[in-house]
Amino acid sequence: MGLEAKLNGDGFFVTKLEAIINWARKNSVYPMPMGISCCAIEMMAAADPRYDIARFGSEVMRFTPRQCDLMIVAGTVTYKMSHVVRKIYDQMPDPKWVIAMGACTSTGGMYRSYSVVQGIDQFLPVDVYVAGCPPRPDNLLNALIHIQNKIGNTRAKDFQNAKRIDLNVIQNN
Amino acid sequence: MELKEIITKKLNEHFPDAGFEFSEYVGEFNIKLDKKFIHPVCKLLKEDSELEFLLCEDITAVDWAKRKNRFTVVYHLFTLKHNFRLVLKCDVDESDCNIDTVSSVWKTSNWQERECYDMYGIKFNNHPDMRRIYMPEDFEYYPLRKEFPLMGIPGSLSLPKK
Ligand code: SF4
Repeated sequence: MGLEAKLNGDGFFVTKLEAIINWARKNSVYPMPMGISCCAIEMMAAADPRYDIARFGSEVMRFTPRQCDLMIVAGTVTYKMSHVVRKIYDQMPDPKWVIAMGACTSTGGMYRSYSVVQGIDQFLPVDVYVAGCPPRPDNLLNALIHIQNKIGNTRAKDFQNAKRIDLNVIQNN
Repeated sequence: MELKEIITKKLNEHFPDAGFEFSEYVGEFNIKLDKKFIHPVCKLLKEDSELEFLLCEDITAVDWAKRKNRFTVVYHLFTLKHNFRLVLKCDVDESDCNIDTVSSVWKTSNWQERECYDMYGIKFNNHPDMRRIYMPEDFEYYPLRKEFPLMGIPGSLSLPKK
């Protein structure tokens, strides 16, 4: 099929290293399931056989930030929790992406109150916002496809001169 | 004798000057009392073999904003023996914002009292661990007081650096 069919015997083809890296990277996005409240249920549903996030190469939800490159923040982030979310985000290796899943995460949602951060973009760089309360799993898959497109369009130079953050290792929450 | 009468009789017998006011509202038996008596009254209600209020369901408070005794601390008790619910109420003034703990009677009330302190700033005397439970420890306000704005006080809760 397609390109492979043209390669008889030991064929080869020429491409850019970036293209290969991006192709590999975008089809094996490891999500960090930052499931804080009800949206996390829909995030789990996205991993089940019906919606099957494995079709997009993202079935490996790692529960350690060190093996992840996509953080799915699913739930209501309170001010007290925001420090934890940020700490986990800081521990993820670069390059990394963030999905803000649900109304709460994107804007505070129905929790218009003193304890809830009104949008996690106040302390995290968000790549894709997902609307809904909770968003359906297919909506999350759509967000993932957006992330994949975004990864596909990255260039190596985007990561040069990236700002290094100082990890505050001893932190007393 | 009905359980309400038994409770009324026992309390009046043991604590003649606690200033009890008995009332009934939406099918629940309410007792208002002087805050000084809260600990012995709770102890009696729990340990008396005829009553056995073993379950302290909730401890919370009401902020009346401009009333003289600004707060009312409310205790919801339940007895499994009689399947009966009881509400205790104590007035607490803002200038003397404390009340005795009942955490030595019911262990659960330890956290319920901490929540009440966190939200209303009512101190519980002799409590083993009188710290905030929900809000960060360096938070300076009491969110369920009437003067606290819904959206909070800007800058009072810290966010991580972007
Ligand atoms: S957006 Fe809705 S479903 Fe998602 S965490 Fe908030 S309240 Fe729950």
